[in-house]
Amino acid sequence: MFKLIENRPLVPNLHMLRVEAPEVARSVQPGQFVIVRVEEDGERIPLSVADWDSEQGTITLIYMTIGATTHRLSRLPAGDGLPTVAGPLGNAMEIDHFGSVVCVGGCYGIGSIYPIARALREIGNTVTIIIEARSSYLLYWQEKLKQVSDRLIVITRDGSGGLKGHIDNLPAIIERLPQRPQRVIANGCNFLMMRASEQTRPLAIPTIVSLNTLMIDGTGMCGVCRVTVDDTVKFACVDGPHFDGHKVDWAELNKRRQAYLREETIPLRSSAGTAEQ
Amino acid sequence: MAETAPKKLDLQRRPMPKQEPEVRSQNFDEVALGYTPELAMEEARRCLMCKRPQCVPHCPVEVDIPGFIHCIAEGDFSGGVRILKGKNALPSICGRVCPQEEQCEGSCVLAKRGGTIAIGRLERFLGDWASAQEQQSIDLPTPTGKRVAVIGGGPAGLTVAADLVQLGHEVVIYEALHKMGGVLVYGIPEFRLPKKTVETEVDYLRRLGVEMKPDYIVGKTRTIDSLLEEFDAVFVGAGAGLPWFSEMPGNNLNGVYSANEYLTRINLMKGFSFPKTITPVREHQRVAVIGGGNVAMDCARSALRLGARSTILYRRSRDELPARLEEVENAEEEGVEFSFLTLPTRCVGDDNGWVKGLECIRMELGEPDASGRRSPMPVEGSEYFLPFDAVIHAIGNSPNPLIPATTPDIEIGRKGNIVADEATGKTSKPRVWAGGDVVTGAATVILAMGAGRKAARSIHEYLSNPGSEW
Repeated sequence: MFKLIENRPLVPNLHMLRVEAPEVARSVQPGQFVIVRVEEDGERIPLSVADWDSEQGTITLIYMTIGATTHRLSRLPAGDGLPTVAGPLGNAMEIDHFGSVVCVGGCYGIGSIYPIARALREIGNTVTIIIEARSSYLLYWQEKLKQVSDRLIVITRDGSGGLKGHIDNLPAIIERLPQRPQRVIANGCNFLMMRASEQTRPLAIPTIVSLNTLMIDGTGMCGVCRVTVDDTVKFACVDGPHFDGHKVDWAELNKRRQAYLREETIPLRSSAGTAEQ
Repeated sequence: MAETAPKKLDLQRRPMPKQEPEVRSQNFDEVALGYTPELAMEEARRCLMCKRPQCVPHCPVEVDIPGFIHCIAEGDFSGGVRILKGKNALPSICGRVCPQEEQCEGSCVLAKRGGTIAIGRLERFLGDWASAQEQQSIDLPTPTGKRVAVIGGGPAGLTVAADLVQLGHEVVIYEALHKMGGVLVYGIPEFRLPKKTVETEVDYLRRLGVEMKPDYIVGKTRTIDSLLEEFDAVFVGAGAGLPWFSEMPGNNLNGVYSANEYLTRINLMKGFSFPKTITPVREHQRVAVIGGGNVAMDCARSALRLGARSTILYRRSRDELPARLEEVENAEEEGVEFSFLTLPTRCVGDDNGWVKGLECIRMELGEPDASGRRSPMPVEGSEYFLPFDAVIHAIGNSPNPLIPATTPDIEIGRKGNIVADEATGKTSKPRVWAGGDVVTGAATVILAMGAGRKAARSIHEYLSNPGSEW
């Protein structure tokens, strides 16, 4: 069992989990994910690693409560254990001397962009982090993000924090930066990553997105994570999860993401689920 | 052991009781129920106890077949178990899933007379009998102090582990999934190989002292080079875990699965009891399975049990089906439909991205190809449409890419397989052996076990002569 050190709501619908997984903590790199199982006979779900402490042997995951598994996970108290925390999986994000990089985060991606920004800045890149949410009460980790960036820009759709607007304002923000970025990296829901890619396409700024697809094993075995990138079928788990956002077939990705939308909540509605308080 | 007095030939192969087709097509319980002790003894007594048995050399792990059959005939089941387990630590599994008709049974001298001894059923009987007995304490040899890491808890890895632990070496198995067994637990369905059977065999290895580390992805959690610092030898049995999809448009529509995904949802994740277990499985009405091997049969029979009308689409004819005849017959009896000489050319989807059917073309058989089978040729102008709400690709797998991708100095073949010596399992990388599907591409459980056995022998030889050259 992998012991939970901390498991608490961060903002509505988003939870932060810190779990003992020493082997993962020792080898994880920015942009990788783990497969988590919450109970025996439970589902296997992929979650991005948002932070880690290799000395303490812990990793931090930010997850959204959507289906039965994440709801059950959100109810586990510290001290409980998870039967599976397997990884790190997927390729690491390419960390190189790009010059100036814009990191975009939304939703759980506000967390998962953190180690990417940290690694980019550590080797000398100028890092601008842009985080986006519907409203300011859905933002988190701002202090943490400031420490790994040269500039933190907040966008809220209702204007309750930072700039009023949404990720479609990306070109205007980029225009006002002292240097034109050599690269944009976006983490978050597929919608955010798609919109960010659409905005940077006319600017011809290479844009890397970290796709979240359905997965079972996470090692290339099942193929449910297949995505079309540049007219070629790729497996997000072993070929990705990082791809050129300008070449991803977003329409297909969004449809595939919703394949089990109905089934994902059936256990919640049945007596075996968590509907009872 | 040979009989002195000539005995009357009994050519009546004893049938194994099975669940009735109309009953079993509604449940996931095992189809074949196994011999009773009486049936097993009757069947065993038919064996001629050949002086030069043909069955033994045709067994990839060289089990002393007449030896254990003789014990069964005498009612000495524990004696039989000792002989059997001396060569095969996983008899309950092999008795169920080995293609005996091509191996031991295929070469039985009674085969020509139509009365082949049911070696597989007898093996299964002994394996199951042993599991049902009270657990005996196991005498373990003196530890050698040598440590071996086994990557992959499937048939090849389990065999290597069993062989080496019985020689006194310390063995740790690293398995990427949360359960040991590899294809035995994620791929082969419950109704053909109960997971309880696999668990019992795995528990036996645990009692022999094998350490098991599930949820551990070598290549990711840790590299082979890092393992080599701690272990004297490494065996790679990572399997053929990269599914193929037939080349046609529309494969990324929802409702299109690899056989691995479909079977994993149902078997490993226990999707057949959704929503009690929470890995979602969708209800389908009409399922198409593309392919003609054992995996295709497994998918089609699973779909049937989940309530769908289930059709196998195969581009050649029934005679060329690569699946075991027994599995084909089981599928037919249960009501799986077969559409032979059929090649799907396109998955057709609806506006929401869900598959609604397949465009197919009729085939006819031409000249024999390199494999000796008559090659299928499309009949021009014979395109037609078949409605389906799920399509499963069961046409094969490539070796898993994780180890090749993270072990730069190991020789990789053209198909992404690890290159290993056929006789010893040695790879190009010192102290690393490999075997099973990661070397051969998708094959059978017993061939993987055979490769494991050879590698274990070579590893033991190496560990006993540490100075020997690679």
